[in-house]
Amino acid sequence: MEDVARDFVDKDYEYGFTTDVETEVIDKGLSEDVVRLISKKKGEPEWLLDFRLKAFRYWVDLKQPDWGHIQMPDIDYQDISYYADPTAKGGEKSKEIDPELMKTFDKLGIPLEERMALAGTAVDAVMDSVSVKTTFREKLKEQGIIFMSISEAVREYPDLVREYLGSVVPYRDNFFAALNSAVFSDGSFVYIPKGVRCPMELSTYFRINARGTGQFERTLIVCDDGGYVSYLEGCTAPMRDENQLHAAIVEIVVMENAEVKYSTVQNWYPGDRNGKGGVLNLVTKRGHLRGANSRLSWTQVETGSAVTWKYPSCVLSGDNSQAEFYSVAVTNNFQQADTGTKMIHIGKNTKSTIISKGISAGRSQNSYRGLVKVAATADGARNYSSCDSLLLGSRCGAHTFPYMDVKNDSAIVEHEATTSKISEEQLFYCQQRGINTEDAVSLIVNGYAKDVINKLPMEFAVEAQKLLGVSLEGSIG
Amino acid sequence: MLEIRNLHACINGKEILKGVNLTVRDGEIHAVMGTNGAGKSTLSNIIVGNPVYEVTEGSVLFNGVDILELKPEERANMGIFMSFQQPVEIPGVSMTNFMRAAVNARYKAMGRDLLSAGDFLKLMREKRKIVELDTKLTSRSVNEGFSGGEKKRNEIFQMAMLEPVFCILDETDSGLDVDALRIVAEGFNKLRRPETSAIVITHYQRLLDYLKPDVVSVLIDGRIVKSGDAGLAEIIERRGFDWIKEEAGL
Repeated sequence: MEDVARDFVDKDYEYGFTTDVETEVIDKGLSEDVVRLISKKKGEPEWLLDFRLKAFRYWVDLKQPDWGHIQMPDIDYQDISYYADPTAKGGEKSKEIDPELMKTFDKLGIPLEERMALAGTAVDAVMDSVSVKTTFREKLKEQGIIFMSISEAVREYPDLVREYLGSVVPYRDNFFAALNSAVFSDGSFVYIPKGVRCPMELSTYFRINARGTGQFERTLIVCDDGGYVSYLEGCTAPMRDENQLHAAIVEIVVMENAEVKYSTVQNWYPGDRNGKGGVLNLVTKRGHLRGANSRLSWTQVETGSAVTWKYPSCVLSGDNSQAEFYSVAVTNNFQQADTGTKMIHIGKNTKSTIISKGISAGRSQNSYRGLVKVAATADGARNYSSCDSLLLGSRCGAHTFPYMDVKNDSAIVEHEATTSKISEEQLFYCQQRGINTEDAVSLIVNGYAKDVINKLPMEFAVEAQKLLGVSLEGSIG
Repeated sequence: MLEIRNLHACINGKEILKGVNLTVRDGEIHAVMGTNGAGKSTLSNIIVGNPVYEVTEGSVLFNGVDILELKPEERANMGIFMSFQQPVEIPGVSMTNFMRAAVNARYKAMGRDLLSAGDFLKLMREKRKIVELDTKLTSRSVNEGFSGGEKKRNEIFQMAMLEPVFCILDETDSGLDVDALRIVAEGFNKLRRPETSAIVITHYQRLLDYLKPDVVSVLIDGRIVKSGDAGLAEIIERRGFDWIKEEAGL
């Protein structure tokens, strides 16, 4: 089977191009001055600068955590530029969007002209540190829905942002959360008013373009009583020999009887076949199910990045609230993923479901790490976790680190885990029916991951299926 | 159609085939019988290119082309089909998606237009009936949770979908009850066109009663030691293989 592996030809990362656009990049390095400069460039109010400075001062004394099952090159935080603005021409902010930027997003399959948009999807397009455009804002506004970049929201809805920013992921949460809170640039802000079902899929597309920069996105979603929204996040980056840092925070607040579905298709540049370059994806995502009967689901398809360190989590405070985590994480070549979730049960009769599918190939390492915590208050809490690993070849690794902390006797917590391999027999059976090995692997992997893929919005499910096949090309062994 | 010359092959370093010569003409049903471990399954797996087996000498010509250097899927797309002795399960992959990928590959190779989703499902329904395969089974994962008999019927169903010109039935009758055997055999006969050839590997006469072979060859200890007409199978059914071994001086 190792021979079959060698017969393959790796397909290049499809989104590895660079856009040639004049970009304002601030000098490398991180200090209070840099934090002040970012805040000034964004024209922020005093309270937000304070928030950033507090975070920065806290971060300075922290050490980067090393408990993940990953080996990461040392990050020199003084060798990164913390702000890159591709919309600023010659230092002046222009009102017109550079056609090059429009073309870039077209090329990524994310047209920013509303008339050309994917059916029923509104997009906030973020390149490097700045939101380039948010489509369908006006249309959504008619129903009271706020969908815009977080920078604009700070100006237009300061009270809302101030109330919720850092309320789910405080800057003291962890090293990368503190860093992000100090230097975050752009991301999306969503507010769904009481009783409103958002009529479109909302999505944010993150693109890293500039060299030597880090991206620190910040997304905040608030879904008020009885509201509903389905939100999708996608990301890509150019192929570069050096590692690029992406340290994001996503916060979600779900009120009474409200429901949020958050889906991610993460396809940052994974590095080359020898493990050179790639994005370091170090992300804190958390949702707070504040209200009774609230619902939140995280669905993630993780195929990119050299290193992924991310645990989209749910704090189930509201009674009868329900949280779900569906994940497919694919690692190939020298990629490393340490990903999973935390389900913190506080309210009564809260229910959480975890379905994780890890697929490892090449020499990659793929870990599931998950915590199920049931507080003493959480009478009748239920959790079901199922973690499956699929190995392609014999040089990769799959690991499962489940943690449980149950303080209430009435809780029912179930955990199942399996590990399997694509067998030579299965591949040969497909080949005998005329299906080549690449298609066979894609077929088998998609079959394996379908429980998760099916949770994605239709259009993205199709994309994700293709992505799974492409990510594993050249991998079988 | 198929010409095997002086074929030597081994698995894990052990020689199994020691110079097999066998010719299957267009439209011919060629039964291969023999004792356990004689190399019958090795022979069929080599024709379809199973990488587990290593060919050390000889050639396999399919319509004049030496296929030993071709990938298994290339051979399949030339119209060579094997009904597996033990079909493998592929969890999570629905029969529909699996067949779609296979049919698309075969149609592409034949230069036919690919079927629309609707036409494809219609074809699935039609062909399913030939082997009386349940709707439930075709909506399940490939071979998962199928009984032994259902797996074999599923093999013939796939044959119906792919319209091969050369079929290998590798002990398709093993593990089948009388009714299932009839369904599988009659299914095969319905699918057969005048030019379709087949190698039928079996231990028993009852499958051959349905398929009516043109030639019966006996494989013992890695060589074809005797060939004859359908009557030879009937004699073997009564007398076993010992007399053939003796005749061949084994």
